[in-house]
Amino acid sequence: MWGGQVQFLHQLSCRADFVKRWGARPAVRTALLASALLVAGGCQREPAPRPTAATPEQRTAAPEPRTANGVREAAWTKEEDGQWAMAAKNWANTRYSRLDQINTGNVNQLRQVWSFNTGIAAGHEAAPLVVGDTMYVVTPYPNVLYALDVRDGGLRWSYRPRPVRAAQGVACCDVVNRGAAYADGRIFFNTLDNHTVAVDAKSGKEVWKTKLGDINLGESMTMAPLVAGNRVLVGNSGGEFGVRGWITALEAGSGKIAWRAYHTGPDKDALIGADFRPFYAGDRGEDLGVKTWPPGQWKIGGGTVWGWISYDPELDMVYYGTGNPGPWNPELREGDNKWTCGLFARRLSDGAAIWFVQFVPHDEHDYDGVNESILVDMPWRGEERKVLLHPERTGFMYVIDRTNGEILSAEPFAHTNWATGVDLQTSRPIKNEEKATGLGKVVRNVCPAAPGAKDWQPSAFSPRTGLLYIPHNNLCMDFEGLEANYIAGTPYVGAEVKMMPGPSGHRGEFTAWDPAAAKAVWKIEERFPAWSGALATAGDVVFYGTMDRWFKAVNAVTGQNLWQHRLGSGIVSQPSTFRGPDGKQYLAVMSGVGGWAGAIVSGQLSAEDGTGALGFVNAMKDLPEHTAAGGAVHVFALP
Amino acid sequence: MFLRCRSGFLAAGIGVLTVLAASCERRETSERRMPAPGRLDTPAGLESGLQPGAAIVFPEIRNPYEGDASGISEGRRLYQWYNCSGCHFNGGGGIGPPFLDADWIYGREPANIFNSIVRGRPNGMPAYGRRIPEQQVWQIAAYVASLDPRQPDRAPPGAREPLVQEEGGDREGTGPRGGQQR
Repeated sequence: MWGGQVQFLHQLSCRADFVKRWGARPAVRTALLASALLVAGGCQREPAPRPTAATPEQRTAAPEPRTANGVREAAWTKEEDGQWAMAAKNWANTRYSRLDQINTGNVNQLRQVWSFNTGIAAGHEAAPLVVGDTMYVVTPYPNVLYALDVRDGGLRWSYRPRPVRAAQGVACCDVVNRGAAYADGRIFFNTLDNHTVAVDAKSGKEVWKTKLGDINLGESMTMAPLVAGNRVLVGNSGGEFGVRGWITALEAGSGKIAWRAYHTGPDKDALIGADFRPFYAGDRGEDLGVKTWPPGQWKIGGGTVWGWISYDPELDMVYYGTGNPGPWNPELREGDNKWTCGLFARRLSDGAAIWFVQFVPHDEHDYDGVNESILVDMPWRGEERKVLLHPERTGFMYVIDRTNGEILSAEPFAHTNWATGVDLQTSRPIKNEEKATGLGKVVRNVCPAAPGAKDWQPSAFSPRTGLLYIPHNNLCMDFEGLEANYIAGTPYVGAEVKMMPGPSGHRGEFTAWDPAAAKAVWKIEERFPAWSGALATAGDVVFYGTMDRWFKAVNAVTGQNLWQHRLGSGIVSQPSTFRGPDGKQYLAVMSGVGGWAGAIVSGQLSAEDGTGALGFVNAMKDLPEHTAAGGAVHVFALP
Repeated sequence: MFLRCRSGFLAAGIGVLTVLAASCERRETSERRMPAPGRLDTPAGLESGLQPGAAIVFPEIRNPYEGDASGISEGRRLYQWYNCSGCHFNGGGGIGPPFLDADWIYGREPANIFNSIVRGRPNGMPAYGRRIPEQQVWQIAAYVASLDPRQPDRAPPGAREPLVQEEGGDREGTGPRGGQQR
């Protein structure tokens, strides 16, 4: 035991200075032991070489070894196919590839093979998809879908859905798009002006296009669909515009709406019926989506779905979070505001609600619940549990039994002062009343800020280390509640915000988290919010990008920086990896700064008004000194 | 514009009435035939500084509330009430562009700002013409123009700035309300 500690601490001392010494904390040591043992050779930069003789198929078919903390992929996870067919890689949202040609020993030899410019200045948040020998990328508004030859970046076709220009006026936080999904020869994605489209993956011809929302109600669509069975699952954005949030399932073949569930209003609209069995008493009762609001307020109450969706094919359950209630000023909506800021489990075929848990009843800080849920299996107090890991915007890492919605643990993974913890008996956060917001009240230094300890930027899970890799924020805010005037199609916020860096002044963090121990194993501090997604690979390399233009590879075990490459613009997208037609492993990522955090650059905002972009400008005044706007996709490989 | 010309928010001052009448006239004219040069000196004015052939200098259209402290103050209130602040914040921009730099996409003349509010702009600016009375449009336009740091007489202090006022140590001193707080 001590040997392991010493070895790990020795390893730590070899790392770059900006990796904090989290491993030195006694409470974390035990959890690190096994990880430390994986690291051979102390300060040796290159670990033991990996076998390369086997064919990719042979190597990737082998199950991953059981990790020390016992956290592993869900039993039904499919074998590696060398592709990247959906934004989150798989239904479990692990963003883990079993490709391992690129590893800790050779990643520093990566070089760019080709790139492709989109000519668009908005934030590029999508993941490059790869199916067969074609890469598919969807751009921010005007949401062009490009099909590129993975060999050399040759343009095969493009598809332009031509969303109405006015839709840009109802996109709260830059005109982003979080990507497409591939299934059965079609690419599915959403347009900013509320259409879901299916495009033939070979020809680029539109197969169907279905209108789902209305910009004149403040609705837009930015999320990446999840396709499972014959259902395409999508949701709306517009929590800052007084929309009524929903998730909708379309029939993959026809584009017809199969079902829609609203997240405010009567049970019948929420598809809450006989099968609904929430774990906690506070979520039980008739028409809570009406009764937990002032009269009529639920009609413009938010609860949008602009984040990530997971699916467990064995349990036949869809998991996704709901957005913030509107307006931000909580005094205008007394009550628990169901079903906002929580997590639903639903049946795929008809959308029937199975369970719900609310992370933030009566949200006071814009803490949407839409972050990803990563489906893994793990032991918990001697018992095997099917769980989901949910790094919440609130700063708490939830481990939830995905069969029934029971919260197993909820520990802070970032600096948090709005609540001291989560009451596991009731599911309610233990709020710090000093940080309660209200009309005409200025509340200082609320942590995390409105974008949360973590916003949309999705984390990755490696079954080799059993760790979750979380790109996130270190931001706090001053918040003042104001009157809000609902005018359909215009912002409905009722708050003025100014954000600032959290403790120690850095604005972003990249954290490796042990879900079993509920502890951070290591953290990397970043100058700006870590606004890109993460990617984990069987080469024990984890990738992410930074807003100051670095595409980074770090050691999955230690957090050591192994390689970084400067791109043309800041990175706020989702990296992916694939096996090319030549059998080699490639890496893909989009550059193009923007999104809420990067709006000061992509929107050419003024640094003179800190309240700009819902207060994010105040924390990002120096971003224009590090990057300009402009999107591109980049592909990397070993020589 | 056309609708409002008929329904009429005619409580405004002489300047507003003049402009209103001119704009109604222009609209009716434009529906019948191409407007003649010299008839563009209305709130439907130019957005380009490039005039093919000889440039024509048009008479300036003045905002009736320009330099009017109470009108600008009211404009500030309305700017919040109609959710202009939800996109443009205190001039720094967000969903919509900022008012604090030198780049006014559609022009910074009173007529340009008026038109942006009433008619909307194609990349997301809503057309507020049927929602906001003309007098209030001019008040909002006066407030918006007053945010421009190149403006000699900046906006008078607003009703409410606690987030800005109580904070120190950043660049607020040069901000939109810099040096003119109370």
